[in-house]
Amino acid sequence: MDYSFYQHYWWLLVSVLGALLVFLLFVQGGQSLIYQLGKKEQDLQLLLGSIGKKWELTFTTLVTFGGAFFASFPLFYSTSFGGAYWVWMLILFSFVIQAVSYEYMHKKGNLLGSRTYKAFLFTNGLLAPILLGAAVSTLFYGAEFIVRKDNITDFGMPVISSWTNPLHGLEAVGNIMNVVLGLAIFFLSRCLGSLYFINNIDNKEIHQGARKQLLYNAIPFLVCFLLYVIVLLFKSGYTEDPVTKVISEEPYKYLHNLLAMPWLLAILLIGVVLVLFGFVKTYLQPKYIRGIWPAGIGVVLTVLVVLLIAGYNHTAYYPSLSDMQSSLTITNSCSSLFTLKAMSIVSIFIVPVLGYIAYVWRVMDKK
Amino acid sequence: MNQIDMSLIDWSRAQFALTAIVHWLFVPLTLGLGLIVCIMESIYVKTGAEKWLRTTKFWMKLFGINFAIGVATGIILEFEFGTNWSNYSWFVGDIFGAPLAIEGIVAFFLEATFIAVMFFGWDKVSKKFHLASTWLTVGGATLSALWILIANAWMQYPAGMSFNPDTVRSEMTDFWAVALSPVATNKFFHTVISSWTLGAAFVLGVSAWFLLKKRERTFSLDSIKIACIVGFVGVVCSWVTGDGSAHQVAQKQPMKLAAMEGLYEGGTGVDLLAMGVLTPGKQYGDSKDPFIFKIPVPIPNFLSYLANRQFDSYVPGINNLVNGGYDTPQGKALSIEEKIERGKLAIGALADYSRAKKANNEPAKVEAKKILDENFAHFGYGYLKSPADAIPNVPLVFYSFHIMVILGGFFLILFPVVWFYSKKDKISKMKWLQWICILSVPLAYVTSQAGWVVAEVGRQPWAIQDILPVNAAISNINAASVQLTFFVFLILFAVLITAELKIMFKQIKIGPENKDVKNEEKLS
Repeated sequence: MDYSFYQHYWWLLVSVLGALLVFLLFVQGGQSLIYQLGKKEQDLQLLLGSIGKKWELTFTTLVTFGGAFFASFPLFYSTSFGGAYWVWMLILFSFVIQAVSYEYMHKKGNLLGSRTYKAFLFTNGLLAPILLGAAVSTLFYGAEFIVRKDNITDFGMPVISSWTNPLHGLEAVGNIMNVVLGLAIFFLSRCLGSLYFINNIDNKEIHQGARKQLLYNAIPFLVCFLLYVIVLLFKSGYTEDPVTKVISEEPYKYLHNLLAMPWLLAILLIGVVLVLFGFVKTYLQPKYIRGIWPAGIGVVLTVLVVLLIAGYNHTAYYPSLSDMQSSLTITNSCSSLFTLKAMSIVSIFIVPVLGYIAYVWRVMDKK
Repeated sequence: MNQIDMSLIDWSRAQFALTAIVHWLFVPLTLGLGLIVCIMESIYVKTGAEKWLRTTKFWMKLFGINFAIGVATGIILEFEFGTNWSNYSWFVGDIFGAPLAIEGIVAFFLEATFIAVMFFGWDKVSKKFHLASTWLTVGGATLSALWILIANAWMQYPAGMSFNPDTVRSEMTDFWAVALSPVATNKFFHTVISSWTLGAAFVLGVSAWFLLKKRERTFSLDSIKIACIVGFVGVVCSWVTGDGSAHQVAQKQPMKLAAMEGLYEGGTGVDLLAMGVLTPGKQYGDSKDPFIFKIPVPIPNFLSYLANRQFDSYVPGINNLVNGGYDTPQGKALSIEEKIERGKLAIGALADYSRAKKANNEPAKVEAKKILDENFAHFGYGYLKSPADAIPNVPLVFYSFHIMVILGGFFLILFPVVWFYSKKDKISKMKWLQWICILSVPLAYVTSQAGWVVAEVGRQPWAIQDILPVNAAISNINAASVQLTFFVFLILFAVLITAELKIMFKQIKIGPENKDVKNEEKLS
């Protein structure tokens, strides 16, 4: 197993975490639905009680996703976090207010009143999926940065990665496709939130409302998602010469990636079918409540493929719009072979840990 | 030529310090109170006594209130490594990122899952399963602390790495040297065990408040007894591990030790100070007496012993460290001026290496690499402008250290005294002791925070000891952006802490659940 294997392995792990994170955004989707589905106080409490038991999993996955990215592709962490300052800060704020809201909302003496904390949850439900979606979209549509490792020898300005746009990440909304993916993730999270409520809460009114919301959100989601995927498949991307390491533009790069890795194309199709199956069956069959599972698995598979085609096949997964050669690839931005190997051993523990977590939740949800 | 804005460094440091301080208000209570809750629940499962269930549930509720904000502030720190210290993230991400990722992969998930069982699983899982979940939550929190403390210890003592000029970063070469370095092991045990003391002081203080209000006598006495045992074990072990930490500091970060003791002129057979008042405005190299007054500990030459395990050994002061020339096992010590020169040589050699590589000039590359390797130990000094830059804020470090030590002594006495008076319930009538217990809660926080001030301010200007100073670890953003986020965080934290305290006080006022009171009375 050579360096390239570990680079690909870690990109796969980061992609899996990213895909799980998108699925777990059903918590945020649920939060953005609380005012629509929880018009009666009793219903609202049911909704909040239901997602309140799962928010930590989304939060933890975000932390782990960040940690894994830092450890395996530190140049991305330093370039994107240090450059797109405002985007990451906004994501951060939205998650911080979420974390405290669940704990404080129903506690006596919570200073801001339970309404404020509910508003915080709604804000997180609204902002987090859009911002995360827009941030992921920059993996395809690029960002304005320069990486100069030689800068470390400049005593006055030793910073390696510099952002060339003074908006420090906010300029991403200037690209309509970033907004489209942000919206797609937002509507998807609401669909997943609806499916989650249908599966987790035994309440007729909530089921009816959630089914309606599923339809209202599935349509814009599909429009945004299909638009994004179609444009993506026809757009050019940056590719790295495996020998010279020179980066150049390649038309239809992402389409080529799918064709070069047909197994990804197969997984993508399975993922999309599962998502549609989950949506359609839940909407059409009122007795069917388990739609979150096929749809959730479908989301994980679909996002996984989207993230893999961003980094595999010598693709620059973080294209620089300011200097093509500064673009990040899994080979020029990763940790050393030693570190990737060491962390790979640790990553073996993920499977039993996840297995045990699943077992615990089964036990918890049974009663 | 572009220049880093100095105010950017200050604001970035301020923002990180603010977040770390706030984060550390919640973490030690999670670790300490968590252990106490585990013990209480274990007693409940073993004895089946309902009064222990009631006691466990009350403290667990307070644990939960505290836990959420600890998690929320933790993620801010993780993000800030990238947002505010981007150069650092690349330069040492290969080493620092690994423990951070392991923390997330294993520990956080354990925490996140089992805390839900802790709070929502009372009627859903068996007693033993619930107890296991409580232990696993606290174990997960402790594991989280382990990995982040390993990462922090590595910043203080960068072991198990080598610099790769091709990738322009430090790379891990020995995982176990990073994970099991003497600094890391000491730091872990000292930090976690001292957190037990804080958790114990918290339980003591809250229980004493109930006694003062003549409420929940049995509950309070039971809680006090557990807290005293945990607190005493914690404080004794903290002294032992603190001694180990100080010894490691003396070996690896002598400037920090000199600042901790306000020691400007070193020597052989140096006394350790119990307390003192520093002369305001004292600078290295001037003729002012560093102290207005000082009180040494009664054991002569104790600083020499602490530093080198020999009472007559040499301990360098700030002036000696700046001027060099004293004997070390490696030969004559270099002055900071010389280290700066060598650092510049190393950085220059790295630039030469890069140029030679681009020009495909192999002999020049080899020559540059040789110079780089010879001088890499002082690489970070190359970014310092003057020797004064290598000296941390002495008063802040000195007072923090001594406050921590004095309060450590206070807790060493407090726990056995309270245990003694609670054994036969004399404490219920001793208002003065109840008040001392209540006041010990903020004092425990002061002790804990002071320890981190010593650790983090004491190592300035280094982000990574001797390799990367903070001015080279920064992100290239404008200071105004960081200023803005600093104040947003400040407001956010102020609101969250106020809410947290209000909820905590309210919950304490409500006290343990009353549905079990009858059972408790029967049992007691």
